[in-house]
Amino acid sequence: MTAVPVVLDASDISRALTRIAHEIVERNKGCANVVLLGIPTRGVPLAKRIAQRLQDIDGTQVPSGSIDITMYRDDLRLKPARALSITEVPVEGVDDKLVILVDDVLFSGRTIRAAMDAVSDLGRPQAIQLATLVDRGHRELPIRADYVGKNLPTAFDEAVHVHLSELDGEDSVVLGRDRS
Amino acid sequence: MKAHLLSTADLDREGALQILDTAQELARVADMPIKKMPTLRGRTVVNLFFEDSTRTRISFEAAAKRLSADVINFAAKGSSVSKGESLKDTALTLAAMGADAVVIRHSMSGAPHQLAHADWMDAHVINAGDGTHEHPTQALLDAFTLRNHLADHISAPKQGSVGLDGLHVAIVGDVLHSRVARSNVHLLNTLGAKVTVVAPPTLMPLHNDGWPCEVSYDLDTVLPQVDAVMMLRVQRERMEGGFFPSEREYSQRYGLDERRAALLPDHAVVMHPGPMNRGLEIASRVADSDRSVIIDQVRNGVSVRMAVLYLLLGGNESALSEVNA
Amino acid sequence: MSAKVLRNVRPLGGELVDVLIDDGVIKAIGAKLPIEDAEVIEGNGAILLPGLVDLHTHLREPGREDAETVLTGTAAAARGGFTAVFAMANSTPVADTAAVVEQVWRLGQEAGLCDVHPVGAVTVGLKGQQLAELGSMADSAAKVRVFSDDGHCVNDALVMRRALEYVKAFDGVIAQHAQEASLTAGADMNEGEVSSQLGLKGWPRVAEESIIARDLMLVQYVDSRLHLCHISTAGSVQLVREAKARGVNVTAEVTPHHLSLTDELARTYDPVFKVNPPLRTQLDVDALRDGLADGTLDVVGTDHAPHADEDKDCEWGCASFGMLGLQTALSVVVDAMGDRLDWAGIADRMSVRPAEIAGLSDQGRPIEVGEPANLTLVDPDSTWIVDPIELGSKSRNSPFAGRSLPAQITLTLLRGNITYRSQKVAQ
Repeated sequence: MTAVPVVLDASDISRALTRIAHEIVERNKGCANVVLLGIPTRGVPLAKRIAQRLQDIDGTQVPSGSIDITMYRDDLRLKPARALSITEVPVEGVDDKLVILVDDVLFSGRTIRAAMDAVSDLGRPQAIQLATLVDRGHRELPIRADYVGKNLPTAFDEAVHVHLSELDGEDSVVLGRDRS
Repeated sequence: MKAHLLSTADLDREGALQILDTAQELARVADMPIKKMPTLRGRTVVNLFFEDSTRTRISFEAAAKRLSADVINFAAKGSSVSKGESLKDTALTLAAMGADAVVIRHSMSGAPHQLAHADWMDAHVINAGDGTHEHPTQALLDAFTLRNHLADHISAPKQGSVGLDGLHVAIVGDVLHSRVARSNVHLLNTLGAKVTVVAPPTLMPLHNDGWPCEVSYDLDTVLPQVDAVMMLRVQRERMEGGFFPSEREYSQRYGLDERRAALLPDHAVVMHPGPMNRGLEIASRVADSDRSVIIDQVRNGVSVRMAVLYLLLGGNESALSEVNA
Repeated sequence: MSAKVLRNVRPLGGELVDVLIDDGVIKAIGAKLPIEDAEVIEGNGAILLPGLVDLHTHLREPGREDAETVLTGTAAAARGGFTAVFAMANSTPVADTAAVVEQVWRLGQEAGLCDVHPVGAVTVGLKGQQLAELGSMADSAAKVRVFSDDGHCVNDALVMRRALEYVKAFDGVIAQHAQEASLTAGADMNEGEVSSQLGLKGWPRVAEESIIARDLMLVQYVDSRLHLCHISTAGSVQLVREAKARGVNVTAEVTPHHLSLTDELARTYDPVFKVNPPLRTQLDVDALRDGLADGTLDVVGTDHAPHADEDKDCEWGCASFGMLGLQTALSVVVDAMGDRLDWAGIADRMSVRPAEIAGLSDQGRPIEVGEPANLTLVDPDSTWIVDPIELGSKSRNSPFAGRSLPAQITLTLLRGNITYRSQKVAQ
């Protein structure tokens, strides 16, 4: 059995998230107006971890929640209707807020496009930014991340698997053949 | 073969929960500033109502529009019997118009089944009530309402989504002619609830061995045992059809008045599919009381119908898990 | 008309013989008959039966020629091995006068494919109130002996009594369609587990049995003769069995579809299965088969009921009641009864007894020298797939569409003339 290439281990992930949190504080001159919305599935625990780090750094309790984008996907007609994930918008809402979308892997950009449409239907944010743990390239839309944990050039037919302890029992990012 | 929603008897536990869970998520659309999602953009949903029903039709219309589908309302006059256009010709017309889904309400049992299985058209068929046979989305919104209101009294399963396990529901009224009763008996049973139907013997089907429920003629005995009571409407035709001696006697023996409502356990809820005959099968004060969830039923109807439309139409083929697919 | 030799056939499933037919009668039966100047029809061991007689057919003419005519109906009958059919009176206008029955009789003569014996209505307009001119119909060219309001029940006990008494004068028989109207208003299918689940209004067994019980008492009381159309329930069979044991002069009829189909088929909501009386449960099917086997049920009557496409291609609730039956009758009966009825038994229930009940002297006769050549040939070994388009009827409402059935009719002769011949019959 061939060894699966581990691109990020647990401590790499932790350092990346810490750095992202610092970058958020620096760029926005604090996080007074920030709302974190994780994109299910793994964007959600990532958003919670970033919120915790922001509280440690800045002292502010930053609201975090989740936004399911299934209903806004542009590829719905390619498969049977998918099961919906949970959307939990913090009570503060999104109007006039700085919404930071959090996802595990940024690839074609279509998920983020759908997420922006979903957020617009919730209200009118002051701005939307994007934090992603891994940017693997191959954008199909003009979308870029504001905060990146790791830039990871990949072949189109490679798969990037993110494991998080909240869901998978361990923290790691691995590469595989064949997109799942 | 396209999937349809014709009967709750066709839904297994997984399929029923899939609809309820999806509806749970979609319920928040009602609270959004923009009550719309783009999911069914470009799809055409036809409301084919052979029977008047403003309430149900509006509910389906709202559900389809919130998903950005195009809605066409087709109020067909009568059925083939009144020599209007035949069901077959209507279906052929809808197919030519490019309907993706047809929501049909009809006075004759079996019409949605025929629409779905004859080779007249290719659209998904959703039964919005056929004769005295079934009204599946009503049962689904009833189950959805029960799940939300009685969460504390439901036994959580070892795995999978929460159903209605452990609940005991009474369905009271003209069971013989009620499509709401039939759909609810199947669905409640599938979701793990126990059902007791209560009616005068003349309004109870004679052959009910195959029904997964208990039968009782005595409402007072049943009420203290249940977590929810579902009152059915008594239709005018039955009152004139010799099924019971008088409205007064019906109301005295089978109406949910204040005395009877007090027999219910504290947590129990009162339901009615509407429209109500206030004072006949249900007292006004009971309908308006705190334990009545009738308004919630109506609100939940839109979410549940959105879920059904999404699951049937949202992808390239139906995602609905069906027993007899 | 030339002479014919049916070679290598087995009358009533018996010995292999040849049968010589000429001038409309059987001239000789034996092994290896001489064949000069005769058309030879090779039977290949096929079963030879007396031409079948159907006491219960709807030919729809006059009035609904879009669904069937006497011509197409008798063509369908010949395909099914029938040489005589009794055409029910619920046409438009109703056959309640000598004029209408003579018209139907004449149409049958002109078609020449099957003897058509019109059934006269019992009451004017089938309304169940006033006796029709039964005597005139009996005296007419149609020589009506069987009277029925079929489609409707003679519901009023007094009217039924009068009818039973009146026909004694000319040895007529009243054929009752037993259906208590008040118990079946708006009913669409058998009342039972299936109807309660499907939300279709149920037709209780007791609606048939209560009328039968009453009429059995009436016919015994006035010392007349009663025929019961399309028995459909186990309870009805039992009533007839007990009545016959008491010596009541009653005969009973069952349809092929009631011998083989149940109300489970209604789950499809396909109106091809909607019929009056309705399909019942397996218990009833079993009791009907017992009844036909032991002779409690005397005859098979098809209740052939053609309907135009638009009357069946619609919601169950507004579809017409009725199924085609002439072309599939023998096959379905053979399939349903299996070993319980041999060929002689089949001939008895489908030819001999119906002819006796109707008083026909030239049908249902033994296969013997001197008898009229009203015969049908059946290939017992072949199976066929029922195609509703290929049944010879104008209509297509057969509940057996697509099914594979045994025992195919290959040849039918009416007084020696070939009225039906399948491609399979060799020269």
